[in-house]
Amino acid sequence: MTERRKGKMHKTGLILAASGLAGLSMTTQATEGEDFIILASTTSTENSGLFDAILPRFTAATGIEVRVVAVGTGQAFEIARRGDADSLLVHDTEGEKRFVAEGYATERADVMVNDFVVIGPGDDPADIADADTVADAFARIAEAEAPFASRGDDSGTNRAELRLWEAAGVAPEGGWYRELGSGMGPTLNTAAGMDAYVLADRASWVAFANPQGLELLFEGDEALFNQYGSLLLSAERHSHLKHDLAERWHQWLLSEEGQQAIGDFQIKGQQLFFPNATK
Amino acid sequence: MFDDTNAFQTALSLIMGFDPDLLAIVALSLRVSLSAVLIATLIGLPLGAALALWKFPGRGTLIVVLNAFMGLPPVVAGLTVYLLLSRAGPLGELGLLFTPTAMVIAQVILVLPIIAALTRQQIEELHGDYHEQLRSMGLSKRRMMPTLLWDARFGLMTVILAGFGRASAEVGAVMIVGGNIDGVTRVMTTAIVLETSKGDLPLALGLGIVLLGLVALVNAAAYLIGESARRRLG
Repeated sequence: MTERRKGKMHKTGLILAASGLAGLSMTTQATEGEDFIILASTTSTENSGLFDAILPRFTAATGIEVRVVAVGTGQAFEIARRGDADSLLVHDTEGEKRFVAEGYATERADVMVNDFVVIGPGDDPADIADADTVADAFARIAEAEAPFASRGDDSGTNRAELRLWEAAGVAPEGGWYRELGSGMGPTLNTAAGMDAYVLADRASWVAFANPQGLELLFEGDEALFNQYGSLLLSAERHSHLKHDLAERWHQWLLSEEGQQAIGDFQIKGQQLFFPNATK
Repeated sequence: MFDDTNAFQTALSLIMGFDPDLLAIVALSLRVSLSAVLIATLIGLPLGAALALWKFPGRGTLIVVLNAFMGLPPVVAGLTVYLLLSRAGPLGELGLLFTPTAMVIAQVILVLPIIAALTRQQIEELHGDYHEQLRSMGLSKRRMMPTLLWDARFGLMTVILAGFGRASAEVGAVMIVGGNIDGVTRVMTTAIVLETSKGDLPLALGLGIVLLGLVALVNAAAYLIGESARRRLG
C-alpha cells in the first residue's frame, strides 16, 4: 500500500519536473523575436565593449536586434561561408576582397580603423621602443630571440602579424616564437605570464585588465593601421539569410549616425575606433 | 595583481547585487543543463537497463563504445552538432544554430553516454544479485526493467548528478553551437571564458564561484530529496 503511494508520488514529481522544464523552454522560444540578425565579428570589437556602446543606438533607431558571435576573423569568414551569419564585420581587407571575389559577398565597405600596438615586458630586452619602424622593431625581437607570443589562430591580427614578419625579412621560427592558437585575450594573458612580446589591437589592449609587467612599447607606424570592413553577403549563395535587415545594418554603419556612434565610443577617455566610411 | 579574497568579494557582490544580467545568465545555464540532463535521463535509463538485461551480438562492443563516449571532448561534440545544424549541414533548414536548443542538443550528446553507461553497470550488478528472485516471480525482462530501475533509484540519482556535473561544467560545446551571444546564448561557463579573455580575472573567478555554488545547490536538493525518501522507507 505505502509502496504504491510512494510510486505515485514519485511519478507526480517527475511529471511536475518535466512540465516545469517544458515551461521554461517555452519562455526561451517566446522571447526570440523575428527582427534580429546574426553578426559574425571579431573578438576585438566585442571584448573592447564597442558593440555594447553602438548596438543599442542601432536597435533604438531601427528596432532590429543584432546578435554578435565574436570569433577570430578566419572563423567569422567560415561561419558566413556556411550561411550561418547574416552579416560580417571583420578586419582583414585582403581576405574580405577575396570573399567578394569568390561570390560570397556582394559588397565590402570600409567602416573604421583602429591600430595595432606592440606590447612587451617593461624592461624591453629587445630594445624596440626606439625602433624607427615596426619592421625594425620586429627584426630586433627576432635578433634578440626574445619570447614572442603569436595568436597563431588565423585571425585578422594573426594575419597582420605574419605580414609584419615578412616586412621585417624574418621567418619567425625557433623556441622564442610561440604560437598559442588562442584569441586576443588569452594570448595577452599568456604573454603577461611569460614576459613575451605580442602584437595586439589597441582596443583589446586598452580594455585588458591583467597586464602584469607588460607595457605598450611601440606604436604609430602606418603599417600598423587596422582597417575594419562590413560585408553585405550574397543573397544568391544563401537565400535564407535576412538580407533586408542585414542591409539596413550595413547602411547604418556607414551612415552619419553610425559613424558618429563609433567615434563616440571611448574607454578610459581614449577613442579606440576611428570611423572612415567613404560614403 | 589580484588575490583570492578579491574574487570572493566579487562573487558575493554578484550574488547580493541581483544583477539582472547575471540572473538571466544563471537561469539560462540551469535551463540548458537541466533540460539536457532530463532528456538524457529519459533516454539513458531505459537504454542502460536494456543493455544490462539483454544479451545480443555486438553487445560488448556497444558497451565499450558507450564507455569511451564518456570521455568525448565537449569541443568535438560541439563541432559535430555545429556541422549538423549549420545551414550548409543536413539539419540546417531548422535554423537552430546559435540558439539555446542547439546547446541542449550538444549537451545531451555529452551527458547521455555517462547516464546510459553508469546505469548499465548499476542495473547489471543489481540484476546479478536478484535475478533468481525476479525470475521466480515469473517476470519477463521487459517487466523487470522498471522494477530494477526503481530499486536502483538512489544509486541512479548519483548517476544523474554526474551527468548534470558534466553538463554544467563544460564550455567547449555550448561555445561553438551557442556562439556566446549576449542575452541569448551566454551561459555561466562561456561568460567565464569571456571575462578571462578580457583579463578581468577576479570577475571570471567570481562567476566561477557563483557557478560552483549553483551546482552545490542542485546537488543539495537532490541529496535532501533522496534522504527524505530513504527515511520514509525506514
